[in-house]
Amino acid sequence: MKLVTAVIKPFKLDDVREALSTIGVQGITVSEVKGFGRQKGHTELYRGAEYVVDFLPKVKIEIAIADGMVDQTIEAISKAAQTGKIGDGKIFVSSLEHVTRIRTGETGEEAL
Amino acid sequence: MEYDIFQLQYALDTFYFLVCGALVMWMAAGFAMLEAGLVRSKNTVEILTKNVTLFAVACIMYMVVGYSIMYGGDIFLSTITGSGAVEGGEENATYAPSADFFFQVVFVATAMSIVSGAVAERMKLFAFLAFAVVMTGFIYPMEGSWTWGGNPVFGLYTLGDLGFLDFAGSGIVHMAGAAAALAGVILVGARKGKYGPNGEVNAIPGANLPLATLGTFILWLGWFGFNGGSVLATASVDSANAVAVVFMNTNLAAAGGCIGALLIAKLLFGKADLTMALNGCLAGLVAITAGPDTPSALQATIFGALGGLLVVFSITTLDKLKIDDPVGAISVHGVVGLLGLLLVPVTNDGASFSGQVIGALTIFGWVFVASMITFFVIKMVMGLRVSEEEEYEGADLSECGMEAYPEFASAK
Repeated sequence: MKLVTAVIKPFKLDDVREALSTIGVQGITVSEVKGFGRQKGHTELYRGAEYVVDFLPKVKIEIAIADGMVDQTIEAISKAAQTGKIGDGKIFVSSLEHVTRIRTGETGEEAL
Repeated sequence: MEYDIFQLQYALDTFYFLVCGALVMWMAAGFAMLEAGLVRSKNTVEILTKNVTLFAVACIMYMVVGYSIMYGGDIFLSTITGSGAVEGGEENATYAPSADFFFQVVFVATAMSIVSGAVAERMKLFAFLAFAVVMTGFIYPMEGSWTWGGNPVFGLYTLGDLGFLDFAGSGIVHMAGAAAALAGVILVGARKGKYGPNGEVNAIPGANLPLATLGTFILWLGWFGFNGGSVLATASVDSANAVAVVFMNTNLAAAGGCIGALLIAKLLFGKADLTMALNGCLAGLVAITAGPDTPSALQATIFGALGGLLVVFSITTLDKLKIDDPVGAISVHGVVGLLGLLLVPVTNDGASFSGQVIGALTIFGWVFVASMITFFVIKMVMGLRVSEEEEYEGADLSECGMEAYPEFASAK
């Protein structure tokens, strides 16, 4: 099992969610985060004092999926989240050791 | 028949006075919202508590001793009863005496609330309230007695005789409040992290600009009572006309101030800074407060615009001088309060520039020195400032034990 983590631009969330449900992904967790990669921040102004805002708002999506689904998931997210402009985000895949469905106690791939 | 008409005039003037007083009371909500919007969320509960309690303290202290210092009479307002003199007697009252107290007390609270924004985010709540007791019970009533009270300044000179005129209180209320605020800011010091070691000014943005905007509009509305009520009557053709002119000019000055500040901010910073536009509205209102009855409509607008221009420069200059004023109170009420006083002789022959200057120096000198002494004593007795750790965590937790926007409370 794998945990696919994607950091994307916030306005792309709906597109990504739709793309994932099209390929059969059943559950995702979403958090609002801030970050930057090579996309620079910007300066803002408050009562004559300038300040730099390095961080940009992003959305982090986490999906637990079976090994066989990883490639499709990455492709679905990439196509849906891409704008071609700097700041589109990244997708990380890590190994998932254990999954339990809390309601029923199922574990492993049946719990995904 | 004549007596009936007198009764009607008395009732109408009293009613008008009370409604205007209620409008000025509503300015307390304006200050509370404006300040709550311009501080960080971790300091919001504390500044709201300050605003509510300072209003209560002002009302009580002015009742206990302030009014008698300013206008005479016994302490605890024991000489004012429900009924006023109706016929003959030494004083022919044309409105209820309690209405006079009510109208005056809300002005005291306004002067006091100017201080709360300037010392926000780092002054101890109870240190502030201790100062409020002295300011509303003694410092303000003293300078009020020399101005609207008509008494000589320590027996030396009488401001009214020297050509000093302040219709609704640019100097008496606003500049006085700012003088106290300046004393407080100097003694409490700047917020941690506001000024860098090489003279940099760091932005500490407010947490809720919708509230700040709401507060400004509320103040704008309340100001109609502040200036309008200062006509002191409405039940005659002359006074009704005066009231209408005052309302119109007050409104135009606010509008002028808003645009003046907005344009200057756009010019200086390249962007339309909302907080400067808001301060501009208030600056326009303060600028016209000393003389809203004599300018023409265009003049009132221009006076307001001058206030708006001046306030932007004042705010950035105070930051360069490391005088940390999170809401711009000293600039809006103090610097523009002085401007308001100096604009009166332009359209009113009853005031002279020298009289205005002497009055300004008297008011500022008295309030600033008395406030410095009071704040200093409070500093020695209980300390003025929250600790560094408390400032970091937020005054809400250290002073009030609660959060304005609780996100981690267990009941969700």
